Amino acid sequence: MAVVFSKPKALTDAPLHYCPGCTHGIIHRLVAEAIDSLGILDRTVGVAPVGCAVMSYDYFSCDMVEAAHGRAPAVATGLKRAMPDRIIFTYQGDGDLASIGMAETVHAATRNENITVIFVNNAIYGMTGGQMAPTSLPGQVTQTSPYGRDVKTVGYPIKVCELLSGLDAPEYIERVAVNNVKNVMKAKKAIKKAFQNQIEGKGFSLIEVVSSCPTNWGMTPQKALDWVESDMIPYYPLGVYRDKSAKEAE
Amino acid sequence: MYTQILIAGFGGQGVLFAGKVLAYKGLTEEKQISWLPSYGPEMRGGTANCSVIVSDTPVGSPIVHDPDILVVMNLPSFDKYENAVVPGGYAFVDSTLIDRKSERSDISAFYIPATKMARGLGIPTLANMIMIGKVIRETGVISMDGLRDALAKTVSAKHQDLIDANLKAIEAGYSFEG
Amino acid sequence: MAKVLMKGNEAIAESAIRSGCRHYFGYPITPQTEVAAYMAKRMPKIGGTFLQAESEISAINMVYGVSSAGKRVMTSSSSPGVSLKQEGISYLAGSDLPALIVNVQRGGPGLGGIQPSQSDYFQATKGGGHGDYRLIVLAPASVQEMADLTSKAFDLADKYRMPAMLLADGTIGQMMEPVELPEEKTDGFVEKPWAVTGTGGKREHNIINSLYLVPEELEKKNLERYERYKLVEQNEVMVEEYLTDDADICVVAFGIAARVSKNAINAARAKGIKAGLIRPITLWPFPKDAIKKAAEKVKGFISVELSMGQMIEDIRLAEECRKPVVLCNRVGGMIPSPDEVLSAIEKAEGGEF
Repeated sequence: MAVVFSKPKALTDAPLHYCPGCTHGIIHRLVAEAIDSLGILDRTVGVAPVGCAVMSYDYFSCDMVEAAHGRAPAVATGLKRAMPDRIIFTYQGDGDLASIGMAETVHAATRNENITVIFVNNAIYGMTGGQMAPTSLPGQVTQTSPYGRDVKTVGYPIKVCELLSGLDAPEYIERVAVNNVKNVMKAKKAIKKAFQNQIEGKGFSLIEVVSSCPTNWGMTPQKALDWVESDMIPYYPLGVYRDKSAKEAE
Repeated sequence: MYTQILIAGFGGQGVLFAGKVLAYKGLTEEKQISWLPSYGPEMRGGTANCSVIVSDTPVGSPIVHDPDILVVMNLPSFDKYENAVVPGGYAFVDSTLIDRKSERSDISAFYIPATKMARGLGIPTLANMIMIGKVIRETGVISMDGLRDALAKTVSAKHQDLIDANLKAIEAGYSFEG
Repeated sequence: MAKVLMKGNEAIAESAIRSGCRHYFGYPITPQTEVAAYMAKRMPKIGGTFLQAESEISAINMVYGVSSAGKRVMTSSSSPGVSLKQEGISYLAGSDLPALIVNVQRGGPGLGGIQPSQSDYFQATKGGGHGDYRLIVLAPASVQEMADLTSKAFDLADKYRMPAMLLADGTIGQMMEPVELPEEKTDGFVEKPWAVTGTGGKREHNIINSLYLVPEELEKKNLERYERYKLVEQNEVMVEEYLTDDADICVVAFGIAARVSKNAINAARAKGIKAGLIRPITLWPFPKDAIKKAAEKVKGFISVELSMGQMIEDIRLAEECRKPVVLCNRVGGMIPSPDEVLSAIEKAEGGEF
C-alpha cells in the first residue's frame, strides 16, 4: 500500500504537550518537513527557547540545545561559529524573542548571522498562563492587562518584521500565518526558504508565524483562528519584508 | 639586588614606556622583573605612574610604595612621592617641568632639564628616555650594553624606526653632567 | 622556551589559544580589555572566532553555544560584567558544560571602581547564579600563573564537565612579568560524545539541557553533579605554602594579596617573628586540609583580602574555629601595603587577635 502521509523524520515519537488547538504542532511539522525535504537532518542543530516550545528539544529528532530565556540567537551564534557547516535554527516565542531577548535578536540580525529563526507570535505568554506579551494587541485582555492593553501606559506592540527590516544586514524576513490551509502552505514555503538560505550561506533569515493560543485567549480553537484573521493579521500584515538576494538580482 | 623603581608624570610623557624599557632590559639581563602601570579612565593628560622592580630574587608585591629610585616628570608627582623614597635612594627630577629641589638630605637627587634637552635634540617626545639614560648612569640598575635589543622589543613593530631616536635620547641623558 | 615579558591579561589570551581555545566572546570593560584586544588580533589569523557581543549576557550564551558543540571556549570580563554573566554560568553548570570564565576583578558593588579588588570571592566560590552548583575557581598570583592556570582551567573544565573561573584582579591583569608560555596543546583533549554536532544519522539526538520538570529527575541530576564535585575536592586542590613549617602566625591570602603578604612575612622573619603563608591557588575547592593542619600548631590566622572579609569565612570553617582568625584588608580598589600586613602580624605575635 502506498504511503501518502507520514510523520517527518525530523520529529521524534514523543507526544506533543501542546494544548488542543494550539498551532505549535503545525509549525513544528513545517519545520520538520523543511529539514526532511532539504536532507539536512543529520547536520542540523536546533535551539529551543523558554516558553511553550521549551520542550521542543524532545520533539525534534536533530541535536538540540535548550537556551536560557531570550538567548537562543546568542547560543545559535556560538553553535554556528563553532560549526559553520552545520545548520542551526532557533524556535522562539514572542516573549522570548521580542521582549527579554530583543538585544540578542537584533544583534544576530545585524551581524547577518547565518542562522534560521522561527518566531512564533501568538500575542501572549502561554507557558506561564496568559500574560501580556510584547506583541499583545492594543486593548487585548490578558492576566497582566486585565483591563486591556493600555498603549498609553505600556506602549504599543512590537512589530518584529518591520523593526528588523530597518537593518541593512538581514537576508530574509517574512511574516506568515497558520490559520488556514492556504496560509499554512505559504508558511511551509517560507520556512523552507529560510533553511535554504542558510545552506547557501546567505545569512540571517527570520520567519514570523502569526499563531493562535486558544487556551490563554479564552476561545475555542476555531474562534482563535478566526481572531487571527480578524484582529492579528490586520495588525501584523503578512508578506515578505526583506529578500536581499531577490532585490540584488533585480 | 632588589631595586624598586617608581616613574611618575603626566599621561603622554611616556612614563609607562620608560618603565617598559627598564623591564625588557632587565629581562635580557636575566633578572626577575615586574612592571605595573597605574590605570585609569584618563588616556592622556591625567597622572600616570608605573612600578618597576628589577631583582635577583623572586618579586613579591609588584606595587612600589617606597622606591629605591624615583623618576618624576611633573610637580604633583614629585610632591606626592618625594618622601616615599627610601633613605639612601635616588630621585631623578625633570627640572624643565619641576622648578624646586628636593627637601631630602638623605637621598641623592639629580636634576635633568630633560624636556628642554629633548626639544633641543629635535626629539621632543623623548624626555622620558633622557631621564632613563641618567638613571642608568647613576644607579647601574641596568646596563647600557645591548640596549638596542631591549628597545627593539619594547618599541612596537610599526615604530621600529624610532629606536635610533630612543638610543640618542638615552645616550644624551647618560652623558648629562649635573 | 624563552621567557617573554607580557601583561597578565595578554598571558591569559595567549595561553588560552595555546590550550586549543579558538572561540572567544566578550564585551569591553576595564580592567580586562587587553584579553579581548589580544583575541581580536590573533583569532582571525588562526581561523578562530573573536566576537564582541552586544552584552555580557549574549557573550556567555555564545559561550554556551560553542561549548554545546564540544569545543573549547572562553569569555572574560570584570566584576560588573561577570554579574551579568551569572545567568549563563548557572545554565552552563546545569547543562554540565565546560567553559572558561575570566574575572579580572575590580571594586564594587554596583559600578564600583576600576582598581583591583577581590570582592567577588563569594560570587565565584559560593554560586553567583541560581541553583546548587560549583565552579572550579583558580586564583593566579603572577603573570606566569595567569598563563598556567588558564591552561589548567580548560583541562579541569573538560575533565569534570563544569565551568571553571579564573579569578584574577586588576593588578595581576595589568602587570607585566616574564612568562614562559605553555606549549601548543595538540592532543590529549577529552572526548565529548555528548556534544551537539549533528547526529550524522549515526546516533540518537543529543540534547543539551538544564530543564527537568520531574523533581525526582532533577534531584538525581544534582546528586550526580555533586558526586563529581566531590572528586574535584579530592583531587584538584592546589595550594602554596611559604615558610609554614615552623610558623606561629599563619597568613592566608590569594592573588595580589598573597604577593603583598610575602613581603610582609619576609620582613616579619627579619624581625624574628615566625610568620608563614598559605596561598590557596584553587579557591574552590578550598585547601581545607592545609588550613586544618596549620591550626594544630599556629597561634592564629590572618586573612589578608581585598574585600570586607569573604575568604575569612572559609578559613574559619576549615580550621573549625580552633584558633583565632583576624582580617587584614583594604577595599574599594585599595591594596594593603606590606607594612600594613606586617603590623597585623606583629599584633598577632603579641597575642592581639
